[in-house]
Order: sequence, then C-alpha cells, then structure tokens
Amino acid sequence: MARFRKKKAQGPQRINTASLPDIIFMLLFFFMVTTVMRETTMLVKIKLPEATEIQKLERKSLVSYIYVGEPVRSYLYGTESRIQLNDQFATIADIQEFIAREREARDEVDRKFLTTSIKADQLTRMGVITDIKQELRKAGAFKLNYSSRKAASKRN
Amino acid sequence: MRKLRQLQEVNAGSMADIAFLLLIFFLVTTTMDVDTGITRSLPPPVEDDTQIDIRDRNIFKVLVNSADMLLVEGREGSLSTLKDETKYFMKNPNNDPNLPEKKLEFIELLGEVWISRGVVSLKNDRGTSYDMYIRVQNELTAAFRELREELSIDKFGTRFDNLTDDQKKAIQSAVPVAISEAEPEDIGGNK
Repeated sequence: MARFRKKKAQGPQRINTASLPDIIFMLLFFFMVTTVMRETTMLVKIKLPEATEIQKLERKSLVSYIYVGEPVRSYLYGTESRIQLNDQFATIADIQEFIAREREARDEVDRKFLTTSIKADQLTRMGVITDIKQELRKAGAFKLNYSSRKAASKRN
Repeated sequence: MRKLRQLQEVNAGSMADIAFLLLIFFLVTTTMDVDTGITRSLPPPVEDDTQIDIRDRNIFKVLVNSADMLLVEGREGSLSTLKDETKYFMKNPNNDPNLPEKKLEFIELLGEVWISRGVVSLKNDRGTSYDMYIRVQNELTAAFRELREELSIDKFGTRFDNLTDDQKKAIQSAVPVAISEAEPEDIGGNK
C-alpha cells in the first residue's frame, strides 16, 4: 500500500543557476550586435549647440560626418577652428573629394539618400560653416543636418 | 586504469563569470547616442547672377550680424519674439498689403486652403557664431512646425504626429518650410 510521507524540510533550497550563463550570453550577444565602435578619433573639440526642433537621423550608414571645432591639441595646431574629415584635418578644398569618396563607398541605390551631418562646436564662426555649405552645394550633397543636442524642451 | 573510465567534465562554473566580464565590457563601450539635429536641404548652386524676383512684401528678412544681433524686417529683433513674428508674417491674418500674398489652392484631403507665398530670408555674417545660427534656425523651424500643427488641428482635429502619411504630405504641401538662405556675403563687422 502506498504511503504518503511528508517530505522533510531540508534547509533553504538552492535556486538552479544552470541557465544563468545562457541568459548572460544572450545579453552579451545583444550588446555585441548593437555596439558601434567609434571609428574616428576626434581631433577637434566639439560641444554641440542646443536646439528643440531636432529630428533623428535615420540610417546611420548613410550619413557622412564633417567635424568642425577647435583642435584638441591646441598647443600644436592653434585655436582656430579646423575641419576634420575622417581621421585627419582637412581644408575647404578637400570637401568635394570627401563627398565623392563617401558616395563611391555606398550602394548606387542608396547614394541619393546620403546625408551630410555637420558636427560643429557652438563657438565656431559661421564663416567656416558657410564655406562648407557652399562646397557641399557644388558637390551636389544637398541633404544637410546640423547636429545639435536636445535642449530642455520649451514645448508644452 | 580505473581513472580512464570516468568521463571527466570541464567545470563550467566560471562560464557565467567570463560572460559577465564580456558583457560589462560591451555595456561600457556601447554608445547609444542617437544622432539628432536640424535637417535642411541646400539649394543647388546657381550658375550666374540670376535674380529671382520675389516681391518685397513676400520676403521676411532676418539678418544676424557678427555680434550675434538680430535684424528682423529692418528692426532690431530678439530670439524670443522671432517665432511669433514669423508665424504672424506667414499667416497674414488681416490680409495686410505689406505682408505676403496668399493663394487659394486645392489640395487633396484638405480642400481649398490659403497658401502663403511668404519666404523667410536668412542671412548671416561670417562672424556669426554657430550657436546663434542654430538658435535662429531653431526658432524658424519651430514657427513652421507650429503652423503645420495649427493647420492639422484645424483640418483633421488631431496633432501632426498622429496623422497618416498622406495627411502629413498634404499638410506639408500646404505649409512648405520656406526658409531661403542668401548667397554668402559679408554684412559688416570683423571676424
């Protein structure tokens, strides 16, 4: 005859942690996939201006960046605003070639969606920016984005 | 030779620790910053000095000098009032002959709407600070966004963000972002 016997309590039960590595690995893969490593080393100091009417830049792979600001190593390069393209300093004259190269690097279908993002320090003078804009017009890169931070919203 | 028979298992207890370590590394290096900014499209370059005739009443002149001061329609202006002035100019509610013309046009989904022919002309000096320029652009963008918002509430009874794509397009064609930037030239002041 079957007998039911009450199980004796055997102290605190341990939680099975066998699936813990799996969970952690899952998280790990998520972050590995989403991580975008910074490709460029910044040679210029940039503190973006603030704005409220900002839009998100879709499709980061179709954005080329132009950095403008005071050189980080100002003891070497002075404090005058400089343009940085990819990993090096550049001049106004290099911009058209830069845009052409950026275009070459993209798929033909995507080329017309290529956006140029100007990341400029808020203390930059507009002279440089205007020159860049003129070059971009000549290069045929009409989609432009003035990179800015989200300001404390004034919207209600 | 008894040892061989027992299948030895690798201790996997530290697996979680290793995974944790990697996880923390990626957590720290991940930059989740989304790129945001004010989007503009540049006009194609003009070949020669072709003058585009726009009547004076249709132009809302905004000048920023090298000392970051504003000149709005010939008077000294300020950032705090720029948005409302722009809106008032574009709407021209009293059909003032000094403010821009309006044209009645039929747009699908909206019906007949008055479309302002006003253009905001923004001109800056080479010495203007980028910060000021962005602030002015921001105010102007805000003005147009609010105009769209108002039209959207008026026509569809809901905010612009909640509209369908077709409705958004209709509103956008009724209130185009008419900000024109003048060809660069120095308007006084040293760099």
